[in-house]
Amino acid sequence: MLLESIKFILMGTYVTIAVIAVALPLGFIVGLLLALVRVYGGPFISRLTSIYSTVMRGVPPIVLLFLLFFVIAGSINLSPFLAGSLALGIISSAYQLEIFRGAILCVSSGQMIAARSIGMSRSKAVLYIILPQALRIAIPPWSNEVSTVIKDSSLVYALGVAEILRRSQFVAARTYKPMLAFSVAALIYFLMTFIANRFLDAVERKTRISAH
Amino acid sequence: MAEPIIQIKDLSKQYGGKVVLKNISLTVNEGDAIVIIGPSGTGKSTLLRCINLLSKADSGSIKLDGKEINIPDVNEDEVRQHISMVFQDFLLFNHLTALGNIKIGLTQVRGMGAEQAEERAKEELTRVGLAENAGQYPGQLSGGQKQRVAIARALAMEPRVILFDEPTSALDPELIGEVLEVMRLLADEGMTMLVVTHEIGFARQVADRIVFIEGGVVVEEGPPNELFYNPKTERTREFLWKITELYGHDQVESQG
Repeated sequence: MLLESIKFILMGTYVTIAVIAVALPLGFIVGLLLALVRVYGGPFISRLTSIYSTVMRGVPPIVLLFLLFFVIAGSINLSPFLAGSLALGIISSAYQLEIFRGAILCVSSGQMIAARSIGMSRSKAVLYIILPQALRIAIPPWSNEVSTVIKDSSLVYALGVAEILRRSQFVAARTYKPMLAFSVAALIYFLMTFIANRFLDAVERKTRISAH
Repeated sequence: MAEPIIQIKDLSKQYGGKVVLKNISLTVNEGDAIVIIGPSGTGKSTLLRCINLLSKADSGSIKLDGKEINIPDVNEDEVRQHISMVFQDFLLFNHLTALGNIKIGLTQVRGMGAEQAEERAKEELTRVGLAENAGQYPGQLSGGQKQRVAIARALAMEPRVILFDEPTSALDPELIGEVLEVMRLLADEGMTMLVVTHEIGFARQVADRIVFIEGGVVVEEGPPNELFYNPKTERTREFLWKITELYGHDQVESQG
């Protein structure tokens, strides 16, 4: 009975990982593209990304999740899982936009000048000179955002998605052992963020540019 | 008669109301080594940046091999392949090895295959005496080595002319010699170059012509001997005397 309850909660890990697997890459792609637009785009379009980021970061994720869920689910027929994951991805994109913008700005302006001076186009300079350096710089703050997305994935429980938190709540209500149920949930979330951060630390070390 | 590679006519440039270049005219012929001297903040670097189109001149004409390039719809990337630039602070690509710094322009700008580019990049590194440092990152190189890699990177593009913007100003004194040596070699090989520098010894030895710029105008221009021994203006004499006092000694000694 007890083991079964724990197993039931553990099964939610697959759902949680699936939510993260949609939200994180979506946030990455959208965030990175918007960061490039923000830094290299014209004043108008750059301003738009700035408004996007300010609004998205100024509202609690759970409120945005509900808003986006009812917008997305209202216009196209999506499962709560997919709608929730997409919404989390969009929320994360605003934070990732700021991470990548900061990282791009950290690459000294001379790098672009040098790239252009040998006849590289702007887009090639961004692709081959700026981004390889900016992405390295972005790893530490990005791993922070990964932790946030892992933990925020629990918010989709509010949409009825049977992920870790939802299942823990269910077990807590059924067995009257909330301490146990939520401890299991806490442990799973902790392990996921721990492993993800360890992995990204290793990536950071591996890609570090030798200086001596 | 050598062909003019670059012809500059009446070039002017302002920055926020301040006139930096005032009707500058200058002709660079094939094989010329021209040294531009002048006090700080008198538009020397701006002139180079305008030629390379990194800055836009307000008015006047710049011709590369007879074709006007100071016009709005010019293909800047194409022009810059023919006019390479070496910067005061090296500006090597930090995430690439010495070899990678040279290779990237060959593969991404000149469209060479990876293998051919690698061969070519090695040749250029050898040319500046750094074949053994191919695998090192900029952070692992000395200032002098960095600048030599930057020169190799510029050379690999097979430019018509290389612009040097104070290439030794950011270097420790003991590292200046190795960079000047490479530049001297290039000049001997007939590379067309336009050099902004305070290294007056180098100017004297290597320059076909010295151009003295002050306040955004060409004050005087001529072969080194003429400027040093027979300057037309008092101001040229004064400046050359001052700069020789400041920068001349090391050169004289190292030539010893």
